[in-house]
Amino acid sequence: MRAVDAIMECLKAEGVDVVFGYPGGANLPTYDAFVDAGIRHILVRHEAGGGHAAEGYAKASGRVGVVFATSGPGATNIVTPLTDAMMDSVPIVAFTGQVRTELLGTDGFQEADTFGITMPIVKHSFMIQHPAEIPRVVHEAFHIARSGRPGPVLIDIPQDLSRAQIEYHPVGDVHLPGYQPTLEGNSKQIRLAAKALANANRPVVYAGGGVVNANAAEELTELAVSGRLPVTCTLMGLGGFPAPHEQWLGMLGMHGTRAANYAMDEADLIVAVGARFDDRVTGKLAEFAPRAKFIHIDIDPAEISKNVPAHIPIVGDARRILTRLVNEYRALEPDPARLSAWWERIEGWRAQHPLRYDDSPDSEIKPQYLVEALYEATGGECILSSDVGQHQMWAAQYFHFAKPRRWVNSGGLGTMGFGLPAAVGAAVACPEVPSVLLTGDGSFQMNIQELATARQFDIPVKCVIMDNGYLGMVRQWQELFWDRRYSNVDMGQWPDWVKLADAYGATGVLLRDKTTLVADLREALATPGPVVVDVKVTREENTYPMIAPGAAAREMVG
Amino acid sequence: MGEPATKEILSLEQLEASAGVRTGRKHILSILVENKPGVLTRIAGLFARRGFNIDTLAVGPTDDPTLSRITLTLDGAMHPIDQVTKQLHKLVNVIKIRDLEPIDTVARELALFKVSADGSARAEVMQMVEIFRAKIIDVSKRSLIIEVTGSWEKIEAFERMVRPFGLIEMARTGEIAISRGRGET
Repeated sequence: MRAVDAIMECLKAEGVDVVFGYPGGANLPTYDAFVDAGIRHILVRHEAGGGHAAEGYAKASGRVGVVFATSGPGATNIVTPLTDAMMDSVPIVAFTGQVRTELLGTDGFQEADTFGITMPIVKHSFMIQHPAEIPRVVHEAFHIARSGRPGPVLIDIPQDLSRAQIEYHPVGDVHLPGYQPTLEGNSKQIRLAAKALANANRPVVYAGGGVVNANAAEELTELAVSGRLPVTCTLMGLGGFPAPHEQWLGMLGMHGTRAANYAMDEADLIVAVGARFDDRVTGKLAEFAPRAKFIHIDIDPAEISKNVPAHIPIVGDARRILTRLVNEYRALEPDPARLSAWWERIEGWRAQHPLRYDDSPDSEIKPQYLVEALYEATGGECILSSDVGQHQMWAAQYFHFAKPRRWVNSGGLGTMGFGLPAAVGAAVACPEVPSVLLTGDGSFQMNIQELATARQFDIPVKCVIMDNGYLGMVRQWQELFWDRRYSNVDMGQWPDWVKLADAYGATGVLLRDKTTLVADLREALATPGPVVVDVKVTREENTYPMIAPGAAAREMVG
Repeated sequence: MGEPATKEILSLEQLEASAGVRTGRKHILSILVENKPGVLTRIAGLFARRGFNIDTLAVGPTDDPTLSRITLTLDGAMHPIDQVTKQLHKLVNVIKIRDLEPIDTVARELALFKVSADGSARAEVMQMVEIFRAKIIDVSKRSLIIEVTGSWEKIEAFERMVRPFGLIEMARTGEIAISRGRGET
């Protein structure tokens, strides 16, 4: 059969029933194969949308997302989603077309060095040299993308090789001598960790996106609940512990709660699970958690002691390790009373510094209230995707995520324009759960074209725009750190979102009244098909509390 | 650390972090990689992106045609070596990395020196060649080309000795290394 038909067989063998993509010259053979393959193909309107949709699909479902793009500009358009997936450990496989082998290196039409351009931003990549290797490479790509620390894998296929005839035999297990992720944690280390935990008086569990990736939320919750341990999550870890919960401190870091950041600051033992001590979490590294010893559980050995030296490193799969850690910890029968003083201290911070904002005296909608209203209107029963900026931070603060894979956002790279295609991908992955996007008027315009995709393929994403007419987070930083000298952050009042929604065949709604907001949102969310809800909010509102960049947790303001 | 479920006290004070230490000495990493396109670019790119500085780099085939060996040296005063090796291990095409212990390792480098050698200097240079057990491989009226093999330190010493005579140019391969004894590197 043709190599491209073999690709379709491999996709089916991998359980892929839907892909996102965009055709072009160099991948014409692949698109010919789609005609008879029986695999659903969602035609996005820009390859970046395809890449982010594959990410949204993967984040919401835990399965590998797939994106197809052509050579040259098609491939360079997925550079951002690939980088995003690398930073947030999202399993996607990207298939890019390439010019014919005889044209390689000649600056042929739509030729770009895709393999070279993407090398630093993928977990691994393959440049096809012989058509016969294609089936094995496809399976290796899926294996690498989903196992160990997940990430993006790219396969670049010259056009002539993709249409070559090959003998196809189903591929069994893949064997990669240089790639064998450690799954089982070291028993001695787990035992030591249990002991340290049983002897800690001021412990904190600090959980990251790795908990979600490892499907370890249940095990993490069991450990925390059985030890009555306080838990905080990173932006990527939200949903890894069921919020709201009496042991939940809220998110930590730059826009985290005081309770979470102060607890880290005073902790004597921190259990980091699937988290990477990002600068947005640690603030000033030299003053980060100065009294704490660290247990660091991670599947990626390179994360251990990268930023903060670990006292008890445990490399492996978070779920397997936590399961064993709970048992070891319980067997020690630690005295829960030892944590009473610690909990009193935490309760004090909670009472003294809850998340707060000044509500408007009139019907004006405060952005924080919009998030609270959205939580109420959905009952938390949705997959919430977000873009990047103030709305993202407020969502992380005021929307409670009771389950993993209900929060889809771009954390590490902070990619504006991620939200809409990701919400499309999430809706395709989990059609039984409502897919809601909370976005900003800046971010939304960066991949707005995907509204057409949503309409054409009947993907009922509900897009709620927190509309302040500003690039809000940049404006906030200019206000706080650049003497309020606003430079190119005013977005004006364009476009008219209701008319734009109408043009895309979606339903457009404009909301500006606080008093009816919850009911209005409910109605909008219940409207069939794609919906765009333009919510006018207070223009100049700042996201607080905040640790200024490079400052220590103790120096939180707002 | 005791048996499971023993309730002995462990003081958190006893816990120490060991990683991220800078050794302060030169390290020779012997890296076995799959012979596939882009492997060297991946390694060079990783070093560039993470800000690791390579002192020398040598690449060549091994006894197995599907594998190549990369030998690189770097300064343990500038980088935590464990972070370097862990990042390298993440590359799918990297099969094995050895941070070679100096005492258990034989390391050699080849260098070519073009030295000006007129009149009386010629005899003195030739004497150096003798002492260092180097080889003269090209002779012209006013210069010599000398081949030296040896440890990095020996090459450095030879360079110091011949430089006063007029070192025209020099080319070095970077060290390659292999572990002592019967076991594989």
